[in-house]
Amino acid sequence: MPTIEADVRQFVEDNFLFGRKGAELKGDESMLDQGLIDSTGVLELVSFIEDKFKVSVADDDLVPDNLDSINRLIAFIELKLEEAK
Amino acid sequence: MCGIAGIKQFDGQPVSRETLERMVVALKHRGPDSNGITLHGSVGLAHTRLSIIDLSGGIQPMSIANGELTVTFNGEIFNYVELRQELMTLGRHFTTTSDTEVLLQAYAEWGEDCVKRFNGQWAFAIWDARQQKLFASRDRLGKRPLFYSVVGKTLLFASEIKAILTHPAVPKAIDPIGLDQVFTFWSALPPRTIFRGIQQLPPSHSLSFEHGKLRVFRYWDLDFSNRFDGVSAGELEDQLLALLTDATRLRLRSDVPVGAYVSGGLDSAITAALAKDLNRERLCTFSVEFENAEFDESHYQQEVVRRLGSEHRSVRCTHDDIGRVFPEVIRHTETAILRTAPAPLFLLSRLVRESGIKVVLTGEGADEAFGGYDVFKEAKLRRFWARQPDSKSRPLLLKRLYPYMKSLQSQPAAYLKAFFQVRPHDLGSPFFSHLPRWDLTSKLKDFFTPEVLAATYDSDPITATADNLPKAFAGWDGFSQAQYLEATGLLPNYLLSSQGDRMTMANSIEGRFPFLDHRLLEFAAQLPPRLKMCGLDEKHILKQATKHLVPESIRQRTKQPYRAPDALSFFDPDAGMARFEYVDALLSPDSIRSAGLFDPDSVSKLVEKARTGAVIGTKDNMALVGILSAQLVVEQFVNGRPVEVPEAVTV
Repeated sequence: MPTIEADVRQFVEDNFLFGRKGAELKGDESMLDQGLIDSTGVLELVSFIEDKFKVSVADDDLVPDNLDSINRLIAFIELKLEEAK
Repeated sequence: MCGIAGIKQFDGQPVSRETLERMVVALKHRGPDSNGITLHGSVGLAHTRLSIIDLSGGIQPMSIANGELTVTFNGEIFNYVELRQELMTLGRHFTTTSDTEVLLQAYAEWGEDCVKRFNGQWAFAIWDARQQKLFASRDRLGKRPLFYSVVGKTLLFASEIKAILTHPAVPKAIDPIGLDQVFTFWSALPPRTIFRGIQQLPPSHSLSFEHGKLRVFRYWDLDFSNRFDGVSAGELEDQLLALLTDATRLRLRSDVPVGAYVSGGLDSAITAALAKDLNRERLCTFSVEFENAEFDESHYQQEVVRRLGSEHRSVRCTHDDIGRVFPEVIRHTETAILRTAPAPLFLLSRLVRESGIKVVLTGEGADEAFGGYDVFKEAKLRRFWARQPDSKSRPLLLKRLYPYMKSLQSQPAAYLKAFFQVRPHDLGSPFFSHLPRWDLTSKLKDFFTPEVLAATYDSDPITATADNLPKAFAGWDGFSQAQYLEATGLLPNYLLSSQGDRMTMANSIEGRFPFLDHRLLEFAAQLPPRLKMCGLDEKHILKQATKHLVPESIRQRTKQPYRAPDALSFFDPDAGMARFEYVDALLSPDSIRSAGLFDPDSVSKLVEKARTGAVIGTKDNMALVGILSAQLVVEQFVNGRPVEVPEAVTV
């Protein structure tokens, strides 16, 4: 679903990258390693996912495996949407 | 407290009075009571005075020995009474009762080493006509500022940068390396400032200019090499209280009434209580309150005030209040800053001034001396965790550190681990305690333009700092190392400057800090770390020693760092707009582009985020305040355009 990727990329670029280095962030690059996420960054990400895709994110879901790169975010959102069906 | 300025011509040309007059005008707020200029051929000294000790006799610049020694002096030598006595037994005669004359006679008697005998807060310059030498010095902790610049054949110095900038030959430009340091450590590191070609004399240093040579040298350092041995904790508590009481007693020496700040925390409660006990007069106390409950500590302030029975006044800050005074605040900080915290203190010193008080005691320094800051606990926990890196429970301890940070409380362990993780090479770093903080702050540099990044490419601010550490540093325990870094870093360069001297002097108020008496700091440096941080109980020995002075609720409360609302002071998310015109104007792509420090597109995205109330994290808030304050520095000092903000409409 290309729109998920576009939405996720747009969100990350506007809110964490502020438009800089946007093209440099590869799909599988860790946002933690890049220093893009601080403690509120995780909360910002979760609010974005819940608001935009109308899914709920459980506490157990809050792990870097689900949230720490654009590709992981896409896979996670797809999974959540699938579960919600 | 006062403002000082001076000029020395290397080429022997006479100093112009007009040039000095311009410098004096720029420093008027530091000394509104009177001013003076003294010319000695190629040397000129100037002074603006806030009269506190010897109201009639302390006029400056002051000369002794038939004009052979002349001084311009900002600050206080608190032990001047004892020094005066000692100097008289050595045969020296005094014509006034001021500490200024004691300073001069002490220099006449002991030369450059005189500063080692001073207990106080000072920045001064002496013209020694006998030796044709200019001698200047700044106190041990950097409570009082001193900037200087050499342009062509002229040495200029002053209490504030704005006085130096009045000289037409001084360039008005931002130093990218200084800016890079602000975006790493929260301040430029002395001798650097964020202005190109303008230096500051580092704390604990003196400067002499003689035979055409400028020499800057250290006369004191904080040393953690020695420990009290075989002394019981109880005995050390008694010694601590005796020293702190004496430090407070000296700081009550004044010919005008002395008030006290009450933050609601432990340290100011202690200094205010000691002041109350030592002084028979009615004590006036002052506090900042916040309309935003997340930052407000008025409940605790009231408890302290009830106990003191002081005459109390407070100023209640709204988001608008902070945003409104911010341009003026930056005119006084003379640097970009990453938090708005100085602004409420500007409003507080205004309240003090309006109440007719000129001098206030504060609790500044206790956290450095006795290990009160979270950074000390954080480092302790990270070391503890690094011993068992796979432990699931150890990283969760970090949550206990920051109970006031809601976002951290909801963090899963996996993320805590990532934020506070100890990398293998960190453990051996002299900056172990401070790396997470500096790393986080450094992320703000993503907003720099390619030009600023290129100009700072070759200078790693952290590595550069390592060269300035004392030789013994590597042999100290981690806790002492962290204490040294705080006491010589953030304390002088931000807390005592942007948040201290500049905010009090902006309203002609003098701050005094009993905890920063060097005798107390030297004593505290010899205490075993476990008496300072007992388990995770910070400032343990201080709490024990002062049990009888403060309400139990204040002693027991969780420490809350002093903070103020940041992005919310400039943007109103409910209205979806900036609160003030200047915010829109200075953050506009045109202004950003013209200043050349930050990327206009990135700033626009950050502004958009702030407008919608989505700037909630530490990093984004610091970025917004850092960028806006840097823009205010450029507009007011480089472009020389005043930033006007309409007065609040009182309903």
